[in-house]
Amino acid sequence: MNLFGFLRPRPTAPVARERLQILLAHERSIAGGSDLMATLKEEILGVIARHFPLEREKVQVKLDRGDAYSTLEIDIEVPSLAKTQASGGPAKLAAGG
Amino acid sequence: MAKVVVVTSGKGGVGKTTSTAALGAALAQAGRMVVVIDFDVGLRNLDLVMGAERRVVYDLINVIQGDARLSQALIRDKRVETLHLLPASQTRDKDALTQEGVGKVIAELREKFDYIICDSPAGIERGATHAMYHADTAVVVTNPEVSSVRDSDRIIGLLDSKTAKAEKGERIDKHLLLTRYHPGRAARGEMLKVEDVLEILSIPLLGIIPESEEVLRASNIGTPVTLSSPDSAPGRAYFDAAKRLQGETLAMMVPEEKRGLMSKLFGRRVA
Repeated sequence: MNLFGFLRPRPTAPVARERLQILLAHERSIAGGSDLMATLKEEILGVIARHFPLEREKVQVKLDRGDAYSTLEIDIEVPSLAKTQASGGPAKLAAGG
Repeated sequence: MAKVVVVTSGKGGVGKTTSTAALGAALAQAGRMVVVIDFDVGLRNLDLVMGAERRVVYDLINVIQGDARLSQALIRDKRVETLHLLPASQTRDKDALTQEGVGKVIAELREKFDYIICDSPAGIERGATHAMYHADTAVVVTNPEVSSVRDSDRIIGLLDSKTAKAEKGERIDKHLLLTRYHPGRAARGEMLKVEDVLEILSIPLLGIIPESEEVLRASNIGTPVTLSSPDSAPGRAYFDAAKRLQGETLAMMVPEEKRGLMSKLFGRRVA
């Protein structure tokens, strides 16, 4: 240890390296994974549309990315029950990914 | 066999044009037939860095639109006879570049040249994707600095998805050219080290160009640094990188400035 080490500013390169590693891990997962989520969303909506008419604007898709896992939340407002055979109120589907 | 090389980076100001000129000149000095193409439509600068700004008559867009023949637009370097420049247009806008037009020009150049080096504009838009689309090999120019490394990572992703080779399911060769490197600052922990950048980007290293006043001097006088000061640290680093680009295996090192007696006596003189 340098006796006068305290006079020198702390090395910042390790901070740069760590920030980049965290950021790029995140950005690469978005670049590689967004298509999967989009496909998943389309397919889920496709399946539901086979059973009752879907209005696109009544569908809300939310993607939440966390460190350990991400959640894909799809809120679908089911049209008036009288018009379909489906039962239950607004359906909510959540898929983890 | 002709090789199409794109010099790219994402971020601006990291040394794409300087590196295009220096690598192009180094390859030509080794006897290869070389053409360097400026893809920065509207903001051309390769002509200036190569010292040919007063010789531009026709440009890439004139050739694409059939207003000039390729042979009329190519400017032959006055210092190295196997070195040629195809300038970008300064007045037209980027939309004048078309994928098919660029493809035709590159195909024609492949017949005559050993190396076709495409100087990409900064950014990830049209001009940059045109410059990289036909490439066999990419030189990713990166500074040891966070924003440059991040943008290079982005560009590497595009090289693997938005090029003719990638579309055919093939892989484009990618090489890292680390520029403006300062070994002393890296050793003191003030700057990302070569190993840090390599570990993050994980593509093979083509060369390390040390930060040097010779680079600015070269662009001031419009001469690639491998011609203006071949023995300087960046000059030697570019020669080594050019050799690696041709497939030679060389030990990787950061050249240092060596000062002869004459330059010790007169080199520091200012004005």
